[in-house]
Amino acid sequence: MAEERRPKQCTVVLPTESMKAMAESIGVGQLQEESCAALSEEVSYRIKEIAQDALKFMHHGKRRKLMTSDIDHALKIKNVEPLYGFQSQEFIPFRFASGGGRELHFYEEKEVDLSDIINTPLPRVPLDVSLKAHWLSIEGVQPAIPENPPPAPKEQQKAESTEPLKAVKPGQEEEGSIQKGQGATSAEAKGKCKYKCKKEGLIRMKPRSTHELSVEQQLYYKEITEACVGSCEAKRAEALQSIATDPGLYQMLPRFSTFISEGVRVNVVQNNLALLIYLMRMVKALMDNPTLYLEKYLHELIPAVVTCIVSKQLCLRPDVDNHWALRDFAARLMAQSCKTFSTTTNNIQSRITKTFTKSWLDEKTQWTTRYGCIAGLSELGPDVIKTLIIPRLTIEGARIKAVIEGPVVSNIDKIGADHVQSLLLKHCASVIAKTRPLPDNMEQYRVDYGYLGPMLCSHVVKARAQAALQAQQVNRTTLTITQPRSTLTVSQSGIGGSVGSRTPSIIKVPSSLTLMSTRPGTPTQPSPPATKYIVMATSAGASSTQQVITLSSSSASSVTSTVASAASTLQPLVKLESGGGGSLGGSRPLQKYIVVSLPSSASSSLESKSGMLPPSSSSLEAGMKMERSDSPGASTQSPH
Amino acid sequence: AWYILSHINLIEKQRETKGPPNGQVDLEVEKKEIKTETSNDGSGNNNANSSSPGSTSLGATSKSPTGPAEDQQTLLAVLQFLKRNKLNESVDILRREAGLSVEIDDSPGSASGGAGSGGASNSTVDGGDTNSLLSRVSIAIPAAPAVTAAPVPPKVTASGGEDQPDVNVVLSAYSQQGDPDLYPLYYNGLKKFIESVLDCHRAELSQVFYPLFVHMYLELVYNNHEVEAKQFFEKFSGDQECYYAEDLRILSGMTKKEHMKGNETMLDFRTSKFVLRISRDSYQLLKRHLQERQNNQIWNIIQEHLYIDIFDGMPRSKSQIDAMSGSLAGEAKRDANKTKVFYGLLKEPEIEVPLDDEDEEAENEEGKPKKKKPKKDSMGSKSKKQDPNAPQQTRIPLPELKDSDKLDKIMNMKEAAKKIRLGSDNLPSICFYTFLNAYQGLTAVDITDDSSLIAGGFADSTVRVWSVTPKKLRRVKSAADLSNIDKESDDVLERIMDEKTASESKILYGHSGPVYGISFSPDRNYLLSSSEDGTVRLWSLQTFTCLVGYKGHNYPVWDTQFSPYGYYFVSGGHDRVARLWATDHYQPLRMFAGHLADVTCTRFHPNSNYVATGSADRTIRLWDVLNGNCVRILTGHKGPIHSLAFSPNGKFMASGATDGRVLLWDIGHGLMIGELKGHTDTIYALRFSRDGEILASGSMDNTVKLWDTLKAFDDVELDDFTAATGHIHLPENSQELLLGSYTTKSTPVIHLHFTRRNLLLAAGAYNP
Repeated sequence: MAEERRPKQCTVVLPTESMKAMAESIGVGQLQEESCAALSEEVSYRIKEIAQDALKFMHHGKRRKLMTSDIDHALKIKNVEPLYGFQSQEFIPFRFASGGGRELHFYEEKEVDLSDIINTPLPRVPLDVSLKAHWLSIEGVQPAIPENPPPAPKEQQKAESTEPLKAVKPGQEEEGSIQKGQGATSAEAKGKCKYKCKKEGLIRMKPRSTHELSVEQQLYYKEITEACVGSCEAKRAEALQSIATDPGLYQMLPRFSTFISEGVRVNVVQNNLALLIYLMRMVKALMDNPTLYLEKYLHELIPAVVTCIVSKQLCLRPDVDNHWALRDFAARLMAQSCKTFSTTTNNIQSRITKTFTKSWLDEKTQWTTRYGCIAGLSELGPDVIKTLIIPRLTIEGARIKAVIEGPVVSNIDKIGADHVQSLLLKHCASVIAKTRPLPDNMEQYRVDYGYLGPMLCSHVVKARAQAALQAQQVNRTTLTITQPRSTLTVSQSGIGGSVGSRTPSIIKVPSSLTLMSTRPGTPTQPSPPATKYIVMATSAGASSTQQVITLSSSSASSVTSTVASAASTLQPLVKLESGGGGSLGGSRPLQKYIVVSLPSSASSSLESKSGMLPPSSSSLEAGMKMERSDSPGASTQSPH
Repeated sequence: AWYILSHINLIEKQRETKGPPNGQVDLEVEKKEIKTETSNDGSGNNNANSSSPGSTSLGATSKSPTGPAEDQQTLLAVLQFLKRNKLNESVDILRREAGLSVEIDDSPGSASGGAGSGGASNSTVDGGDTNSLLSRVSIAIPAAPAVTAAPVPPKVTASGGEDQPDVNVVLSAYSQQGDPDLYPLYYNGLKKFIESVLDCHRAELSQVFYPLFVHMYLELVYNNHEVEAKQFFEKFSGDQECYYAEDLRILSGMTKKEHMKGNETMLDFRTSKFVLRISRDSYQLLKRHLQERQNNQIWNIIQEHLYIDIFDGMPRSKSQIDAMSGSLAGEAKRDANKTKVFYGLLKEPEIEVPLDDEDEEAENEEGKPKKKKPKKDSMGSKSKKQDPNAPQQTRIPLPELKDSDKLDKIMNMKEAAKKIRLGSDNLPSICFYTFLNAYQGLTAVDITDDSSLIAGGFADSTVRVWSVTPKKLRRVKSAADLSNIDKESDDVLERIMDEKTASESKILYGHSGPVYGISFSPDRNYLLSSSEDGTVRLWSLQTFTCLVGYKGHNYPVWDTQFSPYGYYFVSGGHDRVARLWATDHYQPLRMFAGHLADVTCTRFHPNSNYVATGSADRTIRLWDVLNGNCVRILTGHKGPIHSLAFSPNGKFMASGATDGRVLLWDIGHGLMIGELKGHTDTIYALRFSRDGEILASGSMDNTVKLWDTLKAFDDVELDDFTAATGHIHLPENSQELLLGSYTTKSTPVIHLHFTRRNLLLAAGAYNP
């Protein structure tokens, strides 16, 4: 440590201006330059001396941080009256100000209103010192309990992955070495372990990549994976919570990683949307865990995530199931991992961008994949949107126009084009609102962006209005503003059950959502098979809710009614439940659900008028519009 | 004799305070003056009697066969001093006390001669003592009035006339100056020479750089060549070994002559010679070079400020030198570690195990040899014959065993029988006691030997005691209530306790500054605490009140510890002196002076005959309790020492410092025998397991590490040559010796304790 300090060793003295300032403060004006110089040297020396003594007190106080009391004690042993009245806080009490060519450091003392002090309730009495015992080690092995640090800190995981040859500290050897591969039989691992123990002291071997999970860990792994893909939403929430927060999961990380990548591989082929969503949520949870060093497993995780974004088909009935939500979610995950893991060496972001762009540019690309590519790109941030997406708006608009206005080729294509359109509008509007100069001329937009121009124009106008509104409200509705995204919930339809019977489960969702309130939205799927309902819950504040309601009230008159009332399924497809004005919603005033129901065509026995499904484009449009009307607001509010 | 010594010091002090020339000066100045006088005195004697020091000191020793020579010399020096200052009464008292016959002292040659040879070191010792005695004005001595009346010797007045006489005297050596511009040239010339010599000599001669650099710099500063000094510093400070960085930083701040006044580090450099060990060949090379070049400037410095300990034989290697250097004043002189140290354990008193339980007795029989197995080489079976290395049972008087102590011993044996044999393949479990909500305020921790109580010292001046067993802490009833108790009843000990006061923890208020050291008495009846306020307090754990405040250290007391046999305790503090106390004396019995910086930690040897002190001057000293002599000086640490631990067999010692290294020492030979690297921050806690097989170290870096000391001690090959010269090759095997490393959750480890069954307890405050 001495070596580090070495270069700093120099004879720094206080500036003479300080001396002058100090002299002035005690009423000595006109201090000569020479006296100042002499004084500053002397003062600097004394200060250093005191600081050196104060360090002693710090060492004996068993601290790493020098406190004002140390200075006081150092002064005391020099027979100098300590400087009373300085409390050590976590910050240095000096503030810096400059102006008029002068630089000042001053002690910030706020004016305190006495009545505030009197009227505020007394703070809680600080807790008294108490003693708590725990096992730091049991016969040489550190138990993984909350009182102990996670078995391998992130740095160590990193060190081990980057320098596998470095010797592992014996204390952590038992459970410390991280494994790279997997699939070694436990017997083999055991043998290795024994061998190693015997050899210990003779040769320090490269830590084996094989690894054995303890019985508890195996049980944990089993429980967690089962809960994550199982049918009970509450259990899943708990499991994901555990993955996202528990330290010391790193030993299971390779297994989780394989579980996810294999799971995606299998379920994409089988078009099992629900499971894919679960797996993506696991990825999300893993990424949220601050103690995990994921870099080593990106090669498994990224392909899985990208698959969920761009795969041609993710569900059995692409026309009805909302695989779009999954694509959105996965795209956000991708963006997040790009942000966290992209470095100059692995170049994740640019590689991903290239992949997306390439398949987007391909003429033959399906609408689903197209959607995924655009979503993936646009989640990467406004810069990417600006450089890659906006220039192609015209071309893309033409293509959409061809599908929507042209002869009906296939319903699936139409839905796809529609989704792509709304996606483009959603993402581009906010970016354009920020970059394009003001006059929002519908015609000009048409010239610039082609088919999508007019729609874009109205979106931009809305986005601007929204932004302005927020600028006004910025102080009050903090929560609403910062909540960037809506949260997705995919709920099942009970096989024969009426919608009413499902209501509780849907209503229950928000409470479980609060547990895993996470940056990108989290689709959840409470229970078994066919997915028909997507519940979008945003915890939007009163103001934005109001807006949405007014926007949508024309189409969705059932806004304030419960889901049960929405059993008149055929056309609404979209139910907006607003707690604020709702008759039933009084108990949960801030939640708003948009239930997009996409009843299955013929097979659905549930919705009596299933035949009506092929949504009259207007009604679907209404539904989509609602979504949109909500989203620009949200996206302008979102940080990026 | 020591008692009188302190009295004399006191007298000196009183004289100073009342003396006309410097009557109303502040404490600081007083202290310095006393220092000056003593050093004046020493040097004066030196000058006067330098002709015949050898013979006279010999005479002194021959006349006092009981006491070691050095002690005698000190005494004689003091006598001489008193006499010159016409303090005849004190002289008489001292003589009586010391049992010296009058004739000896009357032959002035012998007395002053003794002082002459021991002059340099003794004077510092005295200075240190006086320092700490400043506050003790309470003792009235008949001599005092006479003292005030006594005329101040002319010499003192002469120097006292100046503002800061001591510094001037101390620095006077720097007054001879050469051309300041030549300093870099000289230094460079020497540097070039040393770089050009053979490899084997280079490492040894490179040792000269640092002290030379420091002294040249100080000379420049002293002679007001500020600019040159700065340039010199900038040019060459980078060449110095990195472990001197701390001192260099202090030096770099010192740019004016005025700064040198009162700077302790600087005084250390001047008052104590920097000790270097150099082989004869290398030394000859250096000498020849300097003489050829007529490089008197450097030669003078070497002559005056350096002590070169020349040895015959192979020059040492760089690593050997690096292992031993690093202290403030160079290495220890070889003679400093020659005294025989009785490191063996005392014979355990025979205790009849009560006949109530046959099984347990059998267990004890089994238990004892088991316990002693690892120690057999050093001490054999302790109950049968006396260990040759052990001190005499009565070398220092120890308190008699009480019945309760005997009971405790029996308990101890029973527990020991259940002890786990530790080893590299059988690591101890560690139970960690975390202090929650301490807000960085925990400064000291101690755990009783039977692990039933934990005490914590806090920065808010409180001492808190916790019971970690279900047995709660209770106070003794008040006197009025006690009188109602039937004293004949069997459970009288139980009855005297006040049930109403039962609680898991108790707070002891009394200090007025952070509590830096804390120690339980072996019988768990008392608790010692030392604090920033300069006192050591003795607390009763029966009444939970303060019994005594030991005042003596006038400055913060960094550490204190009870003797393993109780009654005695040791304390050490910022005043650079360690003191030995007995609980029933309000004044220290011994003062261990010699460290050049704060005494940061103090530990008793298991046989209670020795005390080890670690210091901020980066040395460890071992002191003989019997006569107060320093019997070992151990150098090698590169930072202030913050923890010490003796192995249970008394043969080895471990020390930990801010440099994050643990060093192992063989006390008998005074040698470093191991270096354990691994920690990254200050080591605040060290403890050997009950059998000495494992060393646990706890550090600021939030880890507890376990080390295989059995292996560490085995690996050392000690032949006669290394033992004689002290040139040891340290095996680089820290990684092999490290048995385990356990990280806590942001909790620095500040105390470690092995229970009687070899469970490791650790303690620290959670520091979020």
